[in-house]
Amino acid sequence: MIKVNKEDMEYQEGMTIEDVLRRKKYTFRMITVIVNGKVVPKDQYATYRIKDGDNVDVLHIMSGG
Amino acid sequence: MENVIEMKKAHRLLARMDYELGKVDKGYTNRTLYINLSDNTIKSKPVTEQMKEIFIGGRGFGLWYLWNAITEKTKWNDPENEIIISTGPIGGITQYPGAGKSLVVTLSPTTGSVIDSNVGGYFGPLLKFAGWDALEIQGKAEKDVIIYIDGNNGYVTIEEAPLEAVDSHLAAEQFTAMYADSEEDKRNVAVVSAGRGAENTLIGMLNFSFFDVKRGVPRLKQAGRGGVGTVFRDKKIKALVVKYTGVKGDTNGPADKQKIINAALKIHKEIHDLDKVQNRMREVGTAHLTEIMNDYDLLPVMNFQYGSHPDAVKLSSDIFKEKYFTQGLPDGCWYGCSMACAKAVDNFELKTGPYKGQKVCVDAAEYETIAGIGANCGIFDPEYVVEANFYCDTYGLDSISTGTLMAFIMECYERGIINKEITGGLELKFGNKEAALELIHQMGNGYGFGKIAGQGVRRMKKIFVEEYGADPDFINDIGMEVKGLECSQYVSKESLAQQGGYAMANKGPQHDEAWLIFMDMVNKQIPTFEDKAQALFYFPLFRTWFGLNGLCKLPWNDIEPADNGLTDEPAKVPEHVRNYVDIFNGVTGKNITEEELILQSERVYNFQRIFNLRMGYGTRKYDIPPYRFLGPVTKEEYESRMERYDNQLKELGYEIEGKTVEEKIRMLREYREDQYQKLCDAVYKRRGWTQDGVPTLETVKRLGIDFPDVVELISKYQ
Repeated sequence: MIKVNKEDMEYQEGMTIEDVLRRKKYTFRMITVIVNGKVVPKDQYATYRIKDGDNVDVLHIMSGG
Repeated sequence: MENVIEMKKAHRLLARMDYELGKVDKGYTNRTLYINLSDNTIKSKPVTEQMKEIFIGGRGFGLWYLWNAITEKTKWNDPENEIIISTGPIGGITQYPGAGKSLVVTLSPTTGSVIDSNVGGYFGPLLKFAGWDALEIQGKAEKDVIIYIDGNNGYVTIEEAPLEAVDSHLAAEQFTAMYADSEEDKRNVAVVSAGRGAENTLIGMLNFSFFDVKRGVPRLKQAGRGGVGTVFRDKKIKALVVKYTGVKGDTNGPADKQKIINAALKIHKEIHDLDKVQNRMREVGTAHLTEIMNDYDLLPVMNFQYGSHPDAVKLSSDIFKEKYFTQGLPDGCWYGCSMACAKAVDNFELKTGPYKGQKVCVDAAEYETIAGIGANCGIFDPEYVVEANFYCDTYGLDSISTGTLMAFIMECYERGIINKEITGGLELKFGNKEAALELIHQMGNGYGFGKIAGQGVRRMKKIFVEEYGADPDFINDIGMEVKGLECSQYVSKESLAQQGGYAMANKGPQHDEAWLIFMDMVNKQIPTFEDKAQALFYFPLFRTWFGLNGLCKLPWNDIEPADNGLTDEPAKVPEHVRNYVDIFNGVTGKNITEEELILQSERVYNFQRIFNLRMGYGTRKYDIPPYRFLGPVTKEEYESRMERYDNQLKELGYEIEGKTVEEKIRMLREYREDQYQKLCDAVYKRRGWTQDGVPTLETVKRLGIDFPDVVELISKYQ
């Protein structure tokens, strides 16, 4: 199990940040992804492997309106 | 244009004032233009240091002038009501993106209180460069008039103008051609106009033009909210025209131009390098929000019942980009705006209405319009959206209110509260685009069911209850207005902070005060009441500041620096906040800090809250929204998010086994209404207000707005 924005998500072996974003339907582009307190560069979303128990924060900048 | 010469010949001069041309000094001309249309007075008024210190400009100036012009008994259509248009000290700079906005302030026909609306186009900056920090219009003309301000030759006239069109796409074209000396000169003319729909409804808006040199047409930006166009036409104003030739990089008279340039260089580069991988504002404008809101279950569908729809893809920005938007043309609504998000559809052939068969340029389509007249009405047809957008604009109808009121009507129709007999044969079901367009034409032209619809949601609620026997509780739950203003196009049900952002907003539920849904619902950054209250303290104040200075909100957080995510408070976009402090100081020569920026807004924001109080509102009970802002009203809504709602109830300790959906709706409602009240408690405390939502004496003293009449008024509520 991992945490994504404080909610539980089933962990799957080999899952990347891109997989997490897809599963959460996080399509907004102005995001910052922080795994266990460390910012992950955008160009690593496709390759960065999440580990079981990780705490992932996907920070959406407000935008809107 | 030969007919323009004939039209001008038909003008009758009612008054003229010659004036000495002014020079803008550190963002101000230090005088404003007062016009009374009842007795054709034209005069100059000085801008005092106190006005600049406390009210800054723009919306602040508008509020101050209106406060002094009216009494607590004044109605929107009384002659003493005013329309005030002002940009602000930064408005008119050409170095930083989004710096050409105008603010319109008046008493609203729909809310009965003060309203402000923020709009692009050239009028505000050209007005200032013509010598005036604000235009204040009081009184009512007997016949249709225009006000013309010649900023190069130094005169102002009031003229009867019987022959020009009222509808905005024509009025802007005619007046631009009339006052420009040549094709090249058209960019120096800016027109404010409304449209026939502003005469026939209470949701009239104002179109502010800017001349698009490449397309060769005047474009239209909208001061949409709260019926400002209705007031305009009630005063029998056909158009305001300003002409000023000679806009340059330093026309705004900045104290330190280099400071502005330094702030600007970086953001222009950000926009150039990053917009394509962020919000694509340059490609599609705010239309990109349609698919985002749909993905996050925030797109209003069928009168805010649902947050997404499989057909929403048909309204996505890529569809508009591929089929409609003209690309590769400059789409900035003021000089120097590299964000350039004002998209247009060229050569659009109209299929309905008085201009059927004509090919027109449509300023379309913004997210709010796509979501409002499209998804919220269950219509997922971009061709219809562009057509309806055009007619809303040229008739002078606020497309946000139009969308929300039409969605309300459609739900009432589908639920049998109204029927074909009442609508005059219109089958106003969700998804019926022909009926929707016909209703827009009826509203614009003031006939049939359009006369009822054009009064807005609040008045329709009353009519449906009193005349058609609707259940008042249900009608109130689903009619998406607060304070009399129709809600803008975001579903707030799952974000408590946004519910407050909407319902506590001074003018009514418009997102330009606070848009906190991602911070609250998605990021979960503000879990406690205190966190939410802090967000509802800071963000409405920060956004208010744009309206004091003639700025657009979009370059603040619709583009972000590449390293913004690494900052302590990325939601504030700290680097851009510093830019705003720098450009304010660069223009005015002052030396404010980030904290003082917020303080500037806090003064005006609290003053506006007190203005509401003066007009008979402005207390806690006026901040309570219809339940659909907070949660599911109907069984269908609950079932559409059953898992989410069931889980929430279980987590809260409710026993839901064996309960009907109706019972669960009641439980959820009890909880959410209680949460909303607790939010009010926390926000009022943070803002320095009483528990009834009135600024305390201590607060107004701290802010320096403890004018005798303010103190006398709020003393009754302490």
